Amino acid sequence: MRLGFNFWLGATLTALVIFAGVLAHWIAPFDPVLDADLMNSELPPDATFWFGTDGQGRDVYTRILYGAQISLTVGIVSQVINSIIGVTLGMTAGYWGGWWDDLVNGLTNVMLAIPSLIFALAVMAVLGPGLPSLLIALGLTNWSWTCRIARSSTLSLKSQGYVQAAQTLGYGDLRIMFTQILPNMMGPILVMATLGMGSAVLSEAALSFLGLGIQPPFPSWGSMLTDARQLIQLAPWAALFPGLAIFLSVLGFNLLGDGLRDSLDPHMRTRKP
Amino acid sequence: MLRFTLRRILQVVPTIVVVALLIFVIFSVVPGTFAASLFADGKRAADPQMIARLNEEFGLNKPLMERFVTYVTDLAQFDLGTSFRTRQPVIDLINDRMGASLQLAVAAMVFAIVVGVPLGFLAALRPGSILDTVTMIGAVSGLSMPQFWLGLLMMYLFALQLNWLPSFGYGDGSFRNLILPAVTLGVTPLALLARTTRAGVLDVLNADFIRTAHSKGMSEAKVVRWHVARNALVLIVTTVGLQFGSLIGQAVVIEKLFAWPGIGSLLVDSVAIRDIPVVQGTILVIVLWFLIINTAVDLVYAAIDPRIKQE
Amino acid sequence: MTAPLLDIKNLQLGVSLGRSSYHPLLKGVSFQIMPGEAYGLVGESGSGKSVTSLAVMGLLKRPLAVTSGEILFKGQNLLALPKREMRRLRGNRIAMIFQEPMTALNPLSTVGRQIAEMFVLHQGKSWAEAEKLAVEALGNVRVPNPDRRARNYPHQMSGGLRQRVMIAMALACSPDLLIADEPTTALDVTVQAEVLRLIKELCAARGTAVLFISHDLGVIASICQRVGVMYSGCLVEENETRALFESPRHEYTRGLLGALPRLGSRSEHGRQRLVDIDSIIADRSRLTESRFIAPREREGSQP
Repeated sequence: MRLGFNFWLGATLTALVIFAGVLAHWIAPFDPVLDADLMNSELPPDATFWFGTDGQGRDVYTRILYGAQISLTVGIVSQVINSIIGVTLGMTAGYWGGWWDDLVNGLTNVMLAIPSLIFALAVMAVLGPGLPSLLIALGLTNWSWTCRIARSSTLSLKSQGYVQAAQTLGYGDLRIMFTQILPNMMGPILVMATLGMGSAVLSEAALSFLGLGIQPPFPSWGSMLTDARQLIQLAPWAALFPGLAIFLSVLGFNLLGDGLRDSLDPHMRTRKP
Repeated sequence: MLRFTLRRILQVVPTIVVVALLIFVIFSVVPGTFAASLFADGKRAADPQMIARLNEEFGLNKPLMERFVTYVTDLAQFDLGTSFRTRQPVIDLINDRMGASLQLAVAAMVFAIVVGVPLGFLAALRPGSILDTVTMIGAVSGLSMPQFWLGLLMMYLFALQLNWLPSFGYGDGSFRNLILPAVTLGVTPLALLARTTRAGVLDVLNADFIRTAHSKGMSEAKVVRWHVARNALVLIVTTVGLQFGSLIGQAVVIEKLFAWPGIGSLLVDSVAIRDIPVVQGTILVIVLWFLIINTAVDLVYAAIDPRIKQE
Repeated sequence: MTAPLLDIKNLQLGVSLGRSSYHPLLKGVSFQIMPGEAYGLVGESGSGKSVTSLAVMGLLKRPLAVTSGEILFKGQNLLALPKREMRRLRGNRIAMIFQEPMTALNPLSTVGRQIAEMFVLHQGKSWAEAEKLAVEALGNVRVPNPDRRARNYPHQMSGGLRQRVMIAMALACSPDLLIADEPTTALDVTVQAEVLRLIKELCAARGTAVLFISHDLGVIASICQRVGVMYSGCLVEENETRALFESPRHEYTRGLLGALPRLGSRSEHGRQRLVDIDSIIADRSRLTESRFIAPREREGSQP
């Protein structure tokens, strides 16, 4: 498996994010919520406040570190939910066919007809703001792509010799699906999930920015941007760093996913030799 | 071609019906809380009497089945309900703001196509060159960036610091107001278009019929003009179509950021105050537009590629 | 005596491994084709026959490159020609048809238009005139209903028809040399014979020389007057067709012919194994160019 530059750069950025999130508690100089002294508000970056302070006098650097926790949680959990739904529906639809396949296809088509952010908005409207609703909303949005891939993989794997062998041996359907078919499509699924993490983080940022996601005072990079918007002229750094954090982490996930896809794809497009 | 067109248009109907149903189902659980959120602003608990009166006024106390029937019959007459907040018909609210949203979406897409496609084309014709590398790095960055952050930064730079452009609002409808929002919104489709155009053109360039074209004694320029362009167009059209979906979604955020009076900001505001009829209506209209655009893209695709109509 | 139409002199070609080192693909190939002659190049996959034809057409793409030798066409060295001159020859005086007619034609362009391109490109005709000429060309390759067919797209035609289109395109400008790289390999056996016959007749009628490349000995035998056998980047034997088949000299040629199962051979020779080529070429490193080139009836010196 050739892992190119893309992959390693992506892996490094992702590792940085994980590092920041996991160790936030120990390496952050301040508390992200409680250390809010209005005397310190809107200070530019200096020796104490590496990224400056926001409108409430909170250290931006600290909040960014803690924000990584939210982004990682959102990214991972939403994609796990996505993958589970997508793979289950897609695999069973491809394997069993018939009316179930038609139903799943119809459902997928409907989901694909609704822009994902809009759907997430709708779900958030029903469930109310906050992290748990966000996780559910994002978990429910992008499963359709995973489902399509799972379904077409299943369709082509279904006719493979070893699957038919398992069938003649009398293995139950579910057993075949989970032991024979699923392992063989893990590659593309993993790629989708990695790329999906980036998309989930962007969606969370957008929703929090709109005030519908993570509520203040918890430090989500997206909600930090909402606050920053008011102060854009007084404290532009408060807008620069959270956005930069989002950008670099999503870039990391995207490059990681791209790198994985390039090394797994047998039809890899070769550039000029 | 005509038969294909009709068939394709008809396919929209069942989808939109299901979406309408889905919307109803999702939101049927919520209405009662509207009153609560409206009056529970701040720390006061909502006055039960006010809530009851509101529920009565909007028929929220009726059984689910009855509400469903009302919903469906209203829809058939293009009645999208009445706003909880302003008591105006939802369809009027949407109509007022539709133009602004369309302007924004079209401007963004045009920007994305005009810049993204040629970039992708050139990158494919000179793979491995500096142009290629820069374009690809730019593309993946554009796809990783939160659009509203870019919008904020541009707002800061061009509007507040340099004072070249207005920082938000529709203003008098002049072009200057459209620039920042459209460019911000267009960056992501631009990035994706550059990328997929490049990939598509590279695929075409490696195809056998290009070798045949060369063997006929055609110059590079002629090969591109006569053979590559049309074939790459297919992929471009598909991507444009796919991008419109996420464009509409992102437009919601950009509209809010730039205080652009479109249906996107209407949706966000209504969600914040739980004005359910408006939310339902806006989502339905947005999805309808999305389906219309997808159908249009499919038809253009079929017009370009003769193989599609065969099915 | 007539000068050869195509004269390949000690052509060497390789795959670039970076920093001016090459992995050799052609190790010094020389042969000539006379005007109007049908010459066959036979060999297994990887022997270098296709790459030779690409070199003649000037269609070699990086990392393939010619490292030494000359390709003389009507006296001119094609390898030394500027690109524009080469383009004028390509399609016009030297044409090529390929193996896969499905992918060799642009799926989004009508067949008539693709043939018409030849006339517009090389004869300066207008599109209207060119399309009419294209219909004529289709008629020449015996496509029924040529005016209707000209408006078809490639996917609306069968493999055999598509190959006829390729032939029509290639012969549109009445080239001096037609290079046919495995043109019938992808076709049904029944269609193969028709297409071969077409090539033979059309080229004979116009005096077009043919460089016919194939791994199929039977096909070569039916069209070509002379045959060259390639193995591992070298031309190991060359002779008149009949002579080659009846008395092959190089062990590889013998192996090739011996590998052909023949009807009735069992009753003649008793039970026999098909010849295994690997065991015949004992020492591949000893392989040099043109070890067995049959002398041709010619006055004048050998090139």
